[in-house]
Amino acid sequence: MARITAGIACSHVPAIGVAMDQGITDQPYWQPVFKGFEFSRKWNEENKPDVVFLVYNDHCTAFDASVIPTFAIGCAADFTPADEGFGPRPVPVVKGHQKLASHIAQSVILDEFDLTIMNEMEVDHGLTVPLSVMFGDRKPGDDWGTLVIPLAVNVVQYPAPTANRCYNLGKAIRRAIDSYPEDLNVHIYGTGGMSHQLQAERAGLINAEWDQNFMDMLVNEPDKARKIDHVEFLRETGSEGIEMVMWLVMRGALDEKVTEVHRHYHVPASNTAVGHLILENHG
Amino acid sequence: MTQKPYDDIPGTFVFDADRSREGYWLNQFCISLRQEKNRQAFRDDPEAHMSRFAMTEDQKQAVRDRDWNRLLELGGNIYYTSKLAAFDGIVFQDLAAMMSHMSRDDYRKMMVEGGRKIEGNRYKSEWEKE
Repeated sequence: MARITAGIACSHVPAIGVAMDQGITDQPYWQPVFKGFEFSRKWNEENKPDVVFLVYNDHCTAFDASVIPTFAIGCAADFTPADEGFGPRPVPVVKGHQKLASHIAQSVILDEFDLTIMNEMEVDHGLTVPLSVMFGDRKPGDDWGTLVIPLAVNVVQYPAPTANRCYNLGKAIRRAIDSYPEDLNVHIYGTGGMSHQLQAERAGLINAEWDQNFMDMLVNEPDKARKIDHVEFLRETGSEGIEMVMWLVMRGALDEKVTEVHRHYHVPASNTAVGHLILENHG
Repeated sequence: MTQKPYDDIPGTFVFDADRSREGYWLNQFCISLRQEKNRQAFRDDPEAHMSRFAMTEDQKQAVRDRDWNRLLELGGNIYYTSKLAAFDGIVFQDLAAMMSHMSRDDYRKMMVEGGRKIEGNRYKSEWEKE
């Protein structure tokens, strides 16, 4: 049977990808960001997933303002890294697991979560940066070392789905994966965050205390974390901090009790607080 | 417009359905600049390229002025307007500095020192006191 053995939370700051692509991760500015990922890569190597179910948001790449699906699951055979205006990131094409993806789509829709199905989709830094963080430097033509099922969540136009809705969707994804007959080791990623505001006069807002409390709550008291409302996210963590609802999808797919094996928090990467968790699921 | 629960957050434009509707063509214009053929068209003839999108005159003027906060006020979303900034060769962090009326160096220093503090930045009333 397929099993979810771990949940991973990770910011997807584009500048992290740029730093890796330009080979400047040992510069003093970046060194503390990447030091916190050293353990993660080693852990990932030792706990290699067959499939990563990757919850992320698209940054008007696959979806411009004309189409805004709240939840869209990638069921394609592969997903090409998109040109976001500076040329595509020099990383491998992302390969999907089509059978598992369509099984999850079917199961979750019958479970009353109405997903949009994407049979063709380009992916942006929101998806490729967390893969780079966990799998290290990979060049075009290489293999990522895992198959990936993307789930794009709208967090650009208000309202994003609620934290509670995301948490419950995570539970439905768990049920779907648990009922898949192939023997697969699956990791689920919740990406984005942490506190950051990219726009207007309050740009640069960071709330480290809130972020740390959120991580504690997510790990140990998910029932409290899923009750955080949108206005709290917007006010306390900046307009783009709302991305953290995606961490709730990840958390919902895990057991009530999990083991936190790694935590990393650093300010700043560009305009953003970087947060990262590895949670082992005992299923 | 009715009062919204996030209207009292200072220095922030929440990109909701009202802003999305108002900014639709402005955002579609901005996102067109993701592609080189459109960047070339905008370089060759800015007015002609803008005229392909049903923007209001105010929105066009804000584009001409590169008035970054005004673009947000008129329905632009940062992920879209940042494509216009990228067209000008402005990196995201410098755009953030401009929107918050800080010099590039001061903004960068603020971020390295832990970012803009939440204290005093939760409510509009806290800004009005100053």
